[in-house]
Amino acid sequence: MPLLKNGTVTADPWHDGTAGLIVTLEQWRAQRDTLLARNVPLGLRLAPSDDVETVGDDARRFALIAIDFPAFTDGRPYSSARLLRERYGYDGELRATGQVLRDQLSFMQRCGFDAFEIANPNAAQDFAAAVGEISVVYQPAGDREPTIAASAHRAA
Amino acid sequence: MVAIYHYDDADRTLVRERVAQFRDQVDRRLSGALTEEEFRPLRLMNGLYLQLHAYMLRVAIPYGTVSADQMRVLAAIARRYDRDYGHFTTRQNIQFNWIKLEETPDLLHDLAQVDMHAIQTSGNVIRNVTADHYAGAAADELDDSRIYAEIIRQWSTLHPEFSFLPRKFKIAVTASATDRAALKVHDIGVRLHERDGAPGFEVMVGGGQGRTPMIAKTIRDFLPEHDLLSYLEAILRVYNRQGRRDNKYKARIKILVHDLGAAAFAAKVEAEWAEIKDGPLGLPEAEVARIRHHFQPPAFRDLDAPNSLHVAKARIDPAFARWLRINTHAHKQPGYAIVDVSLKPVGGIPGDATADQMDALADIAAQYSFDEIRVTHTQNLVLPHVEEGALHAVWQALGRHGLATPNVGLASDIISCPGMDYCSLATARSIPIAQAISTRLADLDAQEDLGVLGIKISGCINACGHHHVGHIGILGLEKNGQEYYQLTLGGDPGADASLGEVIGKSFSAGGIVDAVEKITVAYRALRTPGEAFIDAYRRLGPAPFKETLYAAA
Repeated sequence: MPLLKNGTVTADPWHDGTAGLIVTLEQWRAQRDTLLARNVPLGLRLAPSDDVETVGDDARRFALIAIDFPAFTDGRPYSSARLLRERYGYDGELRATGQVLRDQLSFMQRCGFDAFEIANPNAAQDFAAAVGEISVVYQPAGDREPTIAASAHRAA
Repeated sequence: MVAIYHYDDADRTLVRERVAQFRDQVDRRLSGALTEEEFRPLRLMNGLYLQLHAYMLRVAIPYGTVSADQMRVLAAIARRYDRDYGHFTTRQNIQFNWIKLEETPDLLHDLAQVDMHAIQTSGNVIRNVTADHYAGAAADELDDSRIYAEIIRQWSTLHPEFSFLPRKFKIAVTASATDRAALKVHDIGVRLHERDGAPGFEVMVGGGQGRTPMIAKTIRDFLPEHDLLSYLEAILRVYNRQGRRDNKYKARIKILVHDLGAAAFAAKVEAEWAEIKDGPLGLPEAEVARIRHHFQPPAFRDLDAPNSLHVAKARIDPAFARWLRINTHAHKQPGYAIVDVSLKPVGGIPGDATADQMDALADIAAQYSFDEIRVTHTQNLVLPHVEEGALHAVWQALGRHGLATPNVGLASDIISCPGMDYCSLATARSIPIAQAISTRLADLDAQEDLGVLGIKISGCINACGHHHVGHIGILGLEKNGQEYYQLTLGGDPGADASLGEVIGKSFSAGGIVDAVEKITVAYRALRTPGEAFIDAYRRLGPAPFKETLYAAA
């Protein structure tokens, strides 16, 4: 699956295991200490129903967190992403997997996703177009863009 | 300057970019790059439905406030893209029923010229926010609820976290003890009140109609103004993460609140809120002031010697006197009145207005109501700020366009969904039933004698016609190709909200009109002097009404 990161299609270093080891939330909870002792970069794969609270501040121990969209209409990963970024201080790669479509990229990016597995061969072009479509925001989110209200007060 | 929210460059940029974004999505659908399955949620997020015969576009009228200029553009759209009319809805919006997919981007472009759009008028998102249709004018209000509705509108617009909720999400706001916005049948109802002189909100959650009607539960008596958005975000986050997604009929927040219990749901919200209340969503006084500035009262004249022309005219013209009694309402400014404009002529389609009527209203609003018009959730319109001395002229002007039917709040002021005449979900027709009932009960003296009586009709169990909260509710169903109608009594959408009870065996399309008439006859015989229908029903219960409907058949 092509991986889109920083606006360009790149090879996925996690794909063949060279970048590190990816575990599920279940595996992490069962073998946390053993996994940490192996001293290799760790990735975490989350389902929409996984409670990110159970990862908590451990989020920072991962180099990759991938959240699955089994259907693009399942909006739970947006909340998971914001919690990881804004509450648990996660600043590693946050990847959207599953049904990742062009018209959701901008919402995903605003919630803190910065990497996307996209089946579409024009992924990079799509991404550039999609995230530039709406240039102003009304509400604070993981992207920390200045809101319309904040700009209005600054101008006043 | 008209008291609406005036867009600045940033607001305009967002709407303009949203039009371009949707134009691209439509192009990709027309070229086949997007499947219908992929396109569907995208078009729904922008108010575009595929109905029985054509596309329907629902245009947002935030909290029902529309200026004269905006109304003229709605009229022009009705002419250019539809069949010369539009349909005002129970969520204070307007729908155009005969739209071509390929023309929608141009239509949206036209709307954007007057700062209007169709953002979040459908889809599983936070829908267009509604409020008290008398806001900024009502004598009994504490504040203008549109200030907070606008703050919520901005926060919820293109919210990246809440654009794929389990199901649609409706928020209503009032700032008065009288609930004119049906708060308790909304996903969230927000009521402004004061404690020790400081503004704050009662927050109600989990109301709704549909196939599982529920009355909202209060989860916070008093939320300080500063915390409005962070608290709403906490509610939405709990719902987004924990609301059911396995069954669309159990996906509304009311089911989550019901299954967990209001106290347990509130505890989850409070726990989430504790984490974010001191974050960037705090609402500073300066931001409330910035929004308030848009809703400054119009330049009312100081009328210390009120013009009593209308009183004199009413003495000699009983038709005008009746309209005054029924279609005007107390204003907070001495010498002014609120005028209700009925979109319920006898035998008409509830909520429909022609392009000519829209233009006429725009002219009347420009001349007599500081350029302002409101849409009500009962599918009528309002001229919020009319000088009493001009009431007779306004009545005459409205009358020339069939807009002065003196029936607002009365039996023929019927709420009806579009039903099988338009809607692909409907199981029965509802508009023809509304037309037949309003014709049967047309006599104005008799209607006035009946007093406040809300008849509400839905053409399927999704309850878009609000039948659960009708004093008399009618639900159209279908069995073996035959339409039939279930009757409920005792519902009410107000501060003391209640859900109607099914009264007994269903009726045919013809029989339901007779049944409604029989209910009115029984009520007249049973009421105490001055007792409204809903009060009589609450005192008497269903028994005497069952008796009149089903005994000695």
